[in-house]
Amino acid sequence: MNFDLSKKTLREVNSYLQNIDLKSNQRDFVIKNPLGNHALCAGLQDEIKVTIKGHVGYYCAGMNKKAEVTIEGNVGTGVAENMMSGLVHVKGNASQSAGATGQGGTLVIDGDASSRCGISMKGINIIVKGSVGHMSAFMAQSGNLVILGDADEYLGDSIYEAKIYCLGKVKSLGADCIEKEMNDKEIKHLSALLEAQNIKADPKKFKRYGSARSLYNFKIDNVSSY
Amino acid sequence: MCGIVGIYLKNKKYNKQLGKLLTGMMNNMASRGPDSAGFAIYNKSSKFKYTVCLQKNFELKDLKKILKSKLTNTKYKLIADHVVIETSSKPEKTIPILKNIQDIDLVGYGKSIEIFKQVGNPKDVVKKFSLDKFSGSHAIGHTRMATESAITTDGSHPYSTGEDECLVHNGSLSNHNNLRRSLIKDGIEFKSQNDTEVAAGYISNSLKNKTSLKETLTNGLKDLDGFYTFITGTQKGFAVLRDEIACKPAVIAETKDYVAIASEFQAMAHLPDVNKADIYEPKPGIVYSWGS
Amino acid sequence: MSEIKKNLKGFSTFPHDTIAEIQRSAREGIYQIRGLGAKRKVPNFDDLVFLGASASRYPLEGYREKCNTSVVIGDRFAKKPITLDIPITIAGMSFGALGANAKDALGRGASAMGTSTTTGDGGMTPEERKSSKYLVYQLLPSRYGMNPDDLRKADAIEVVVGQGAKPGGGGMLLGQKINKRVAQMRNLPEGIDQRSACRHPDWTGPDDLEIKIQELREITNWEKPIYVKVGAARAYYDTALAVKAGADVVVLDGMQGGTAATQDVFIEHVGIPTLGALREAVDSLKELNMHRKVQLIVSGGIRSGADVAKAIAMGADAVSIGSAAMIALNCNADMYPEDYEKLGTAAGYCHHCHTGRCPVGVATQDPELEKRLEPDLAGKRVKNYLATLTLELQTLARANGKSDVRNLEPEDLAALTVEAAAMARVPLAGTTWIPGYDK
Repeated sequence: MNFDLSKKTLREVNSYLQNIDLKSNQRDFVIKNPLGNHALCAGLQDEIKVTIKGHVGYYCAGMNKKAEVTIEGNVGTGVAENMMSGLVHVKGNASQSAGATGQGGTLVIDGDASSRCGISMKGINIIVKGSVGHMSAFMAQSGNLVILGDADEYLGDSIYEAKIYCLGKVKSLGADCIEKEMNDKEIKHLSALLEAQNIKADPKKFKRYGSARSLYNFKIDNVSSY
Repeated sequence: MCGIVGIYLKNKKYNKQLGKLLTGMMNNMASRGPDSAGFAIYNKSSKFKYTVCLQKNFELKDLKKILKSKLTNTKYKLIADHVVIETSSKPEKTIPILKNIQDIDLVGYGKSIEIFKQVGNPKDVVKKFSLDKFSGSHAIGHTRMATESAITTDGSHPYSTGEDECLVHNGSLSNHNNLRRSLIKDGIEFKSQNDTEVAAGYISNSLKNKTSLKETLTNGLKDLDGFYTFITGTQKGFAVLRDEIACKPAVIAETKDYVAIASEFQAMAHLPDVNKADIYEPKPGIVYSWGS
Repeated sequence: MSEIKKNLKGFSTFPHDTIAEIQRSAREGIYQIRGLGAKRKVPNFDDLVFLGASASRYPLEGYREKCNTSVVIGDRFAKKPITLDIPITIAGMSFGALGANAKDALGRGASAMGTSTTTGDGGMTPEERKSSKYLVYQLLPSRYGMNPDDLRKADAIEVVVGQGAKPGGGGMLLGQKINKRVAQMRNLPEGIDQRSACRHPDWTGPDDLEIKIQELREITNWEKPIYVKVGAARAYYDTALAVKAGADVVVLDGMQGGTAATQDVFIEHVGIPTLGALREAVDSLKELNMHRKVQLIVSGGIRSGADVAKAIAMGADAVSIGSAAMIALNCNADMYPEDYEKLGTAAGYCHHCHTGRCPVGVATQDPELEKRLEPDLAGKRVKNYLATLTLELQTLARANGKSDVRNLEPEDLAALTVEAAAMARVPLAGTTWIPGYDK
């Protein structure tokens, strides 16, 4: 089923997709002329497939549940923010805060992500085939951020238990973020993440980063970190 | 907070549509900045152009009367309540004369630049100044949501920072009051309590002291505290700078014919061939420039 | 010793508690973290009085001559605004900061009086949704527990920019309160000290807030009122910006507002008193022609029906109570003296919410301590307190000739101090003088 945002309103399209009649058996949707609209496909909650043909604005597929949303273009701030489950695939580049506070599901970005990719992530898996901007995985609590390209400054600042795997160069690590061991268990784990998205990359070549856990309880000796 | 837009034409293909293209961008940014709007259009002239805003009850004929004997080779273009004075008289001579006239405000000056700004919804402002009829080589624009200062024309952007130069800003500075006081000591004048006016004063003060624009903006990273995406217009093009934390948005679209920048992609969605454009975001703390 | 002490002169600049604090800092090397709000005295509603009835203004009889207290919240853009029976709501306090019994009791009490409660920096619990007739769901920088299903279950959504106790500070919960359930809801390891962001992760500034609000409305079918909560900093500008960003309601929390755990220096030295901030916010709404169209809910040191009445007279549509609601539950009640002593404090002085050892079972996750707060009885206490506030409010409104509390106006007030007169823009009693105001 097709929608044309140059002819229909955002509200009409979102409302339809948020309230799918499962009996209708319509599961595949295409949206043309997104024209940089915001909150397109936010709040989806069924196992449907949506393809957006073009560039979108902020919060595309925000709080996505179960749906599979593919954007054939670039996305603005906060794509798949607070996603609960499902798959969001950005074929172009993502702006800042991609996958912010995401709790589940998978976000794949074929291009680059800008700053704060995976900020405060809470269980989402984010795979960026390009590079990520500064402050990515800031306060990341859980989930996995896989970067095939490079990472800008302060990667993983104040990170909790999320895992970062990076193939390229990391400009600098943030507070309490350190390089961690890539043992067999980790290689297997990363391998599964890559295979699930059909990405051909050698997990052994990645480096892993995570929390040093020294900021978990207030200690006066860490005062310079604050 | 605000919306900022800019477009630099790499060739002459869209010169005549420059105003139309900018109009589309500004209209799209109206919701981010509903209080006031302004734009700077660059169209090279052989003479100097001075854009002034007429105060209430002061008319073009009154202005002409005062300037008749003072400026050489002068033409006047009236657009709503702004007048573009085109004259051979140089800035060193002309600006003091214009500043002396109580009932006008000098909005911008140079050999290319014309600046128009006004209180009101951006969609109304661009209509009022017939932006869609303008042509030129490059332009920047601004839609304003006033944060900590009043909604007045003096509080609107773009701010003139020197000959053919201007500034628009999206964000909020945090040390502008102290900085304003030290700039006043250096002889810079301010008309509003606006933080952007302080950034503009900082830039023009630095340029006055023969520092390059790039070095000025780089120094700004240390001297200006707060959150910002700046676009500065120059005679040949424009420059963009985001602060190191880079929370305020900026996205660039580049084709073989133009470079466009805006706070949101939505503002550029209608530009020609934008779906084939190279779309990227400027990195924090780095001065990007085109045309210079 | 007491004979000598009688004749000794203490230091105004270094009183006993300041000396104790400096010496504590010297021992521990870190700022003091505590709960509740600013302890020091600031200009507040006590410095205003109502004029009442006179030869020119006539009062209403109690009971028979009705005095309406209900208020509609959120009708600017939302399809389903909320009608509250009383203009007093329960402010946001997290499950994590408070125990489950406390949240349950607040819900029962509020629902019995036809008003709302608010979630806090931990997400929505099923118990709270069940016991609250109207539940406001907060969107905070941390986004702990945030999910679209709860957004849809809520009756309103409150985007938190800041709170009065710490405008510019993020949430804080110390390890001793992060038990298994709290840890699971917030997706944190048990027992660690929670660090929270002070800015939202996916927007900064009212221009981007506008787009965020649009997203929230899209996810909830434009049904729910959207509130924007700010701590009292630049209330005049913040109110205008909330309106421009598309909020239905502005929630303004003054410096006296409480917290579960924040640095003492932040609580006492950042933010302005509710009295001054309220004036600014109302001015801003009036200038935008949005007064009563965008509702204003005010919190931060609301204690009695007099405070409620004065806030409404100054232009608020409703008030919100946090610390006072906790006190109705038993916070600082004169019981379990040994347990207060174990914390190094006493009833009436306790601000130890951050320890998780609340002697009365309110701000704790410890099951043994929680037994001291029985939800049904505590819920009745909250209901009684809200009922008292309402009766007091009506008494004062009737005395000033109002059949609807919303008809209370600034002209019904007089100020007892110069500061209050200037901050509230109300004349000093017995004069027509408002300091700093040129008509």
